[in-house]
Parts: sequence; structure tokens; C-alpha cells
Amino acid sequence: MCLSVPAKIAKILPNDMAIVSIDGISLEISIALVDELEVGDCVLVHVGYALAKIDPVEAERTLELLQELGSAGERRS
Amino acid sequence: MKFADEFRNKAIAQGIARAIGGEVSSQRAYRFMEFCGGHTHAISRYGLEDLLPANVRMIHGPGCPVCVLPASRIDMAIRLVDRPEVTLCVYGDLMRAPGSQGQSLLRAKALGADIRMVYSTLDAIRLAEQAPSREVVFFAIGFETTTPPTAVMIRIAEKKRLKGLSVFCNHVLTPSAMHSILENPKIRDTGGVPIDGFIGPAHVSTIIGTQPYEPLAEQFGKPIVIAGFEPLDVLQAILMLVRQVNEDRNEVENQYSRVVTREGNRRAKDEVSQIFELRAQFEWRGLGLVPNSGLKLKPAYAQFDAETRFAIHDLRVADNPACECCAILRGAKRAVDCKLFGTVCTPETPIGSCMVSSEGACAAYWTYGRVRDEPLRRTS
Amino acid sequence: MSAKGYQRKLDLENGRVDLSHGSGGRAMAQLISGLFHQAFGNEWLARCNDQSAFEVAAGRMVMTTDGYVVSPLFFPGGNIGSLAVHGTINDVAMSGARPLYLSASFIIEEGFPFSDLKVIADSMGSAARSAGVHIITGDTKVVERGKADGLFISTTGIGIVADGLDLSADKARVGDRVLVSGSLGDHGVTIMSKRQNLAFQTEVGSDSAALHNLVAVMVAAGGSGIRVMRDPTRGGLAATLNEIAHQSELGFRLHEASIPVKPAVAATCELLGLDPIHVANEGKLVAIVAPDLADAVLAAMKAHPLGSDAADIGEAVADNRKFVQMATGFGGRRIVDWLWGEQLPRIC
Repeated sequence: MCLSVPAKIAKILPNDMAIVSIDGISLEISIALVDELEVGDCVLVHVGYALAKIDPVEAERTLELLQELGSAGERRS
Repeated sequence: MKFADEFRNKAIAQGIARAIGGEVSSQRAYRFMEFCGGHTHAISRYGLEDLLPANVRMIHGPGCPVCVLPASRIDMAIRLVDRPEVTLCVYGDLMRAPGSQGQSLLRAKALGADIRMVYSTLDAIRLAEQAPSREVVFFAIGFETTTPPTAVMIRIAEKKRLKGLSVFCNHVLTPSAMHSILENPKIRDTGGVPIDGFIGPAHVSTIIGTQPYEPLAEQFGKPIVIAGFEPLDVLQAILMLVRQVNEDRNEVENQYSRVVTREGNRRAKDEVSQIFELRAQFEWRGLGLVPNSGLKLKPAYAQFDAETRFAIHDLRVADNPACECCAILRGAKRAVDCKLFGTVCTPETPIGSCMVSSEGACAAYWTYGRVRDEPLRRTS
Repeated sequence: MSAKGYQRKLDLENGRVDLSHGSGGRAMAQLISGLFHQAFGNEWLARCNDQSAFEVAAGRMVMTTDGYVVSPLFFPGGNIGSLAVHGTINDVAMSGARPLYLSASFIIEEGFPFSDLKVIADSMGSAARSAGVHIITGDTKVVERGKADGLFISTTGIGIVADGLDLSADKARVGDRVLVSGSLGDHGVTIMSKRQNLAFQTEVGSDSAALHNLVAVMVAAGGSGIRVMRDPTRGGLAATLNEIAHQSELGFRLHEASIPVKPAVAATCELLGLDPIHVANEGKLVAIVAPDLADAVLAAMKAHPLGSDAADIGEAVADNRKFVQMATGFGGRRIVDWLWGEQLPRIC
């Protein structure tokens, strides 16, 4: 599946590297594949690389939609 | 975990499941293929099939890079690491993947081959730096998600002049495999059930974007919904597919908008296109030779290409004739229909692609699904 | 482990083990008296015999043995020495017994620093002392460089079981409750975080601990209502419950939401593609307890410092397929299988 977890950039290091934190763990990864990352951004981490930035606004929008769909299903039953 | 836990909410899941139940037409069946092993895993892991109406059926597709790697490529890697100067770096998943005649990398390691499990291509670079006299070969597998890290590794190796590092490239492409599933006459003519729509890959799509699926949806008239790997993502995608089917639409929709865009990750795509080019064809376990479905290094990077460097040639190894993976992958059969399932083919001794990694259809059924075979007697 | 009375100070700061320390000569005597006896010091070892005699109380004795080959040798929360004491104490204690004596056998790779060996032996001594058991006999062997991963330790443990207690993995009954003494996967995740190629930082430490005092309060609360106890080490909770299911010829149904797992352990498992129920523990136990006594046993566990996070996670059910299954947080069901092969970090 391409195992990947969401992580937060805690520190930007030289040579396209960064420290990310995931709950109680921290890990050094490469950020060579993603443009313009800042401390505090959330990324998907796969085999030690950031693959993409997670857009918090879109995440919130999806969650709201999910809640709406969920409660619509609730009313239906 | 932020951006994961919120998408695992049981109450919302049950609400969406009821919404799906309310919107499906009892007059028809809905057969959706989740291409990606990540979705297969989420469906099995969270028992999502228990939440779906009986006429919505999920077909577990070939989207696991370990599962689809043919025995011949494992044999080639073993041949490579038989050379005393070679250190082979592999992702842990590959250690048990079966080659021909009971061979595997785990077994080769036990027999003395220098095989190192790595978590990242960065580890292979480190190894090559530490052991300049060794031929360090990285066994590259994976879909579009895992290819860019290999490209970055080669770029760094070039910059650092790491002469001992090379790549045994097995990277494969998702849209070509979906194309092959949809158009292969063998699949159409041998009782494969028609697929009404696809759940498209999550992490692959972060790299390639949603655009490459558009010709597929149009050419074959199938809806495709790109979805995240969390259980709510999968349920929402199923609801979106049900709606498309009901409304007779065949569009590419993006459920995973928090990470996936139409264009994908331009920087990652550039890294890949600088270093790799298409192979005319590549063998997939269970699917056979699929045109334009694999990548190799460009001639300019031949020095980093282990196949060129060590002059190893393609092998062809026949799949076990009793193995039903090909039919299972296209939804014509289920794991329990295969004579090998649970007898000679188990997760400890996988024969076919679907049992190789925990994400294969048979392995997922073995781990998560067998519980539904017969009702549980409750006497407590 | 006889020390023949010859005494000369070892260079514990900079010295290293060489082949002479395993040859049976003076050097070996120095190592034993200057390092191991110092660390384990007790009346039995002081007599410098090749074996130790001890008094036996009436009742049934329990004996177990285990080899320790952990890499790395030192990790947050312990080292191979404390692990070798705790692990064997726990194997004795899972019978409901009170552990009394241990033996310790060392296979040391040539070149191993005395300073590391001393830290390891000292932590064995202190682990044994705080558990109230004695290391009363032992052995050292030195092998050539490359033939051992630094140090292997084997320990054997002996204990005494009280009358009326007969815990065994074939004694689980349908309807019994499944209790765990705390959060799962801490030890395995700690070890993985220190392995080469997986260098991530985590606040989690190994849970390595001697569990016999926890067992004692459980036995006091539940008596023979405790049918089975096991410490879920390699293969984790999944392996332990599958073993019990096979030996007792029944199934288990677990409730995923009630299984305690620390967030950092859960995150590590997601990162590496592992399942916390397959990850090793070194200071946790699983108890299968008769339903009418389960609440009392659970309360006793929660009142003990090593069981403060104890939880009731499921029940034994009739199932001729002997499946361990789990109700997911989603209302679905899945099988909790044995770990396949070895535990490897995955990319997919």
C-alpha cells in the first residue's frame, strides 16, 4: 500500500533533511521531494521521505463532510 | 495521531454505512475494485465489509508491490547476491517473497548471502559510504510512491560519487496495471466479473495526481474515486462510487483532497522523469506481462543500473498452475475457491501473489476474513 | 563458577575480555571473583563450588530456562542483564510460584569491554536483589571474535508453587475473562528504536520488570480461579493467546478498544507496519481468570504498581477452529493470527 504516516515538521536540517514528530516519537527524514516546508507543517512520511504536505483546511473540510454524511445516514435509519 | 485518528470514528462510520445502505438500489449489484493494498488492508483491518450492504462487493486488486513482484525477479536478485562482492539492500517486506523452487531472500541470507534490511534508500547510501569496497545494490520495488525516493538516492549517489552503489529496479506503474485489468481480453473472457468502479490509490496519487486516471475513466466508462487509507476515507469513497453508478457518471473524483491534487507532486515527478524511463513491458505476478508498466534507469544512468552493471538477464518462471491468483485479482474467484489456499499456500509459505504480503487478497482474508466462514457458537 | 581464592584487580575501566578469561586459568578466576561475585554476592557463591546446594521446602518446584540474545545490549529501561533476570523470574512466576534461585551462564565474545560486562553484571545483581532471588551458580565461556554478538546470557530459575495452585495453558474455560497487566509493545518498540537503520527517538522505555509480586497479589485475590498466566514476550499478545487457545481447545474474543497501547507505541507500529499485539513485552502478563473472580483479580492488579494499567480485554469462547478474534473499534471482526515469520519493518 505504500505505508505512510502523518507527521509534523519539528526542525529543518541542512541537505534537505528534517526532524519530524509523530505522537511520542521523532524521526529524521528527507524532505527532498516536497517544496517549501516550514516547521509546523504536516507531511506524509513514506520510507523515510516526506511525500506531500497535508492541507489542514482540506482535512477539516473532508471531516465536516464526513460528519454531515454520517448524520444524514443516521437520520435515514 | 493527527490526520489519522479523526478518520477512524466509529459513529461516523456507521452513519456513512447507513447512508450507503439507503442509497444503493436493491435491483443491482455494485462491484468495486480497490486497486491498492492499503485499501484492502483498511477494509480488512477495520472489518468494513461487515458494515456494507450485501449487494456492495469489494474486489481486492493487485496494488501491492510485493505481491506483484514475480518469482523471476526474486530469482534474479538471488543470483545477484550470490556474487561475493555484492551487498543487497532490501525493504523488509521482500524478505519472504517467494522466488522459484522455494527460494527467498530470507533463505539466501541464511545460506550466507550479504542481505541487509533497510527502512529507507538513505540507509543504502550510508552503507555504500561505509563500505566503499563493496558493491551495494538497492533492490528497488514499489509503485509511484516509492519510486521518487529511489530517484533521490541515485541523484545523491551521483553527487557523492558513490561508485559502489547501484539499483536493481522493479518500480511499476499503477495506471498501466488498471488499464491492463480493464482491457485484457483474457480477463474479460474467462468469467471475470465486471467491475463497476475503482477506488483509486491514496499515496500513489499524492505523486501522480488525479489526472492520469481521467483517460481510464473515459475510455472504459468506469468511475474512479481517489481515496485516503483511513476507514472513513474508504467508506466515503464507496458512497461516492455508489452515487456515480446510480447517476450513470464515470468521473474521476478526489476524496483525498487533503493531500492529493490534480497535478500531483511536480518535484517528485521531475526527480523520477530525470532518472527513469518506461520499459516496453514488465512481468506482474498474477497478471503476466503488462505493456508500459515498469520503469528502468535511463541510459545516462547505466552505471547505477544493476541489471546492466552485472549483466543479469531476464528470467521467466512459470507461476504454479493450480494458483488462482489471476482469477482472484480480477474478482472472478475468492480466496476460498483456490485449492492451494490454507493448504500449501499460507502466509508462512506463500505460493501466489495474493498471499505474499499481508496486503494481498488471500493474506487479508487469512488474517481478517476467515472469522466469517462459519458463525461463532456463543456459550458464554 | 569457582574462584579458587586468587585475587588481582581487573582493569574494569579499560580492560577487555580475551580468550584467557574463558580458559579455566587464573584470568578466568579473576573475572569471576572480581566481577561476577562482586555483582551477585551471596552466601552460595562465596563458597566457590561448581554447584550450590540449597534447602527445599515441601511442595511442588518449578524450573525454567531461557537464553537472552538481545541487540542492542543496552536500551532505555534496562540491558541484557536485567532482562535475563526479569525474564526468567517471570517464567517461574507465571506458574503462580515464588521464584527463589537463578543460575546464570555467559557466552562472551573476545574483546568485550570489562566496563560493559560490569554494568551488565551489576544490573543483574541489583535486579535479583530487589526481586528477592539469588543467583547461586553460573558459568562463563569466551568465544572468538565474530562468534557471538558481544554477549549471550542464559539463566535458569527455580521456584516453589503453593499448594492448590496448578496453572496451565490447557485450563482456560469458555466464559473466562482475559486480563492484561498493562500497555502492550513497550519493550519491542524500545528495542526497535535503537536498532541500526531504524534510529528514531521515543520516550517509551522497555517495560522489563519482575512480575512475581504482582502474581502474588493476583493469586491472593483469585486463587485457583486464575487458570492460566503467561508473559507475552516474543510474538506478543497474539502468540500467547493463540497458544492458550490451542492448548485449551477454545477461542478468544478480544475487544480492540479495551487493549492498552501507548500512543508512541501505536505510532511506531503504524510507521513500521507492525501490530502492537505482535510486539514483545518483558514486564507484562496475560491472565485467564474464571468470570466470577475476574473483577477481584483485576482490582488487585490495578492496586499494584506493575498493574496500574491492567485491563479486561475479552473472553474465552467456544470455537472449534481455535481462533483468536477481535471486535474492531468499528464493530467489525477480525482474526488475531500468530505473527508470520519474523517481525520485519514494512513499506507496504
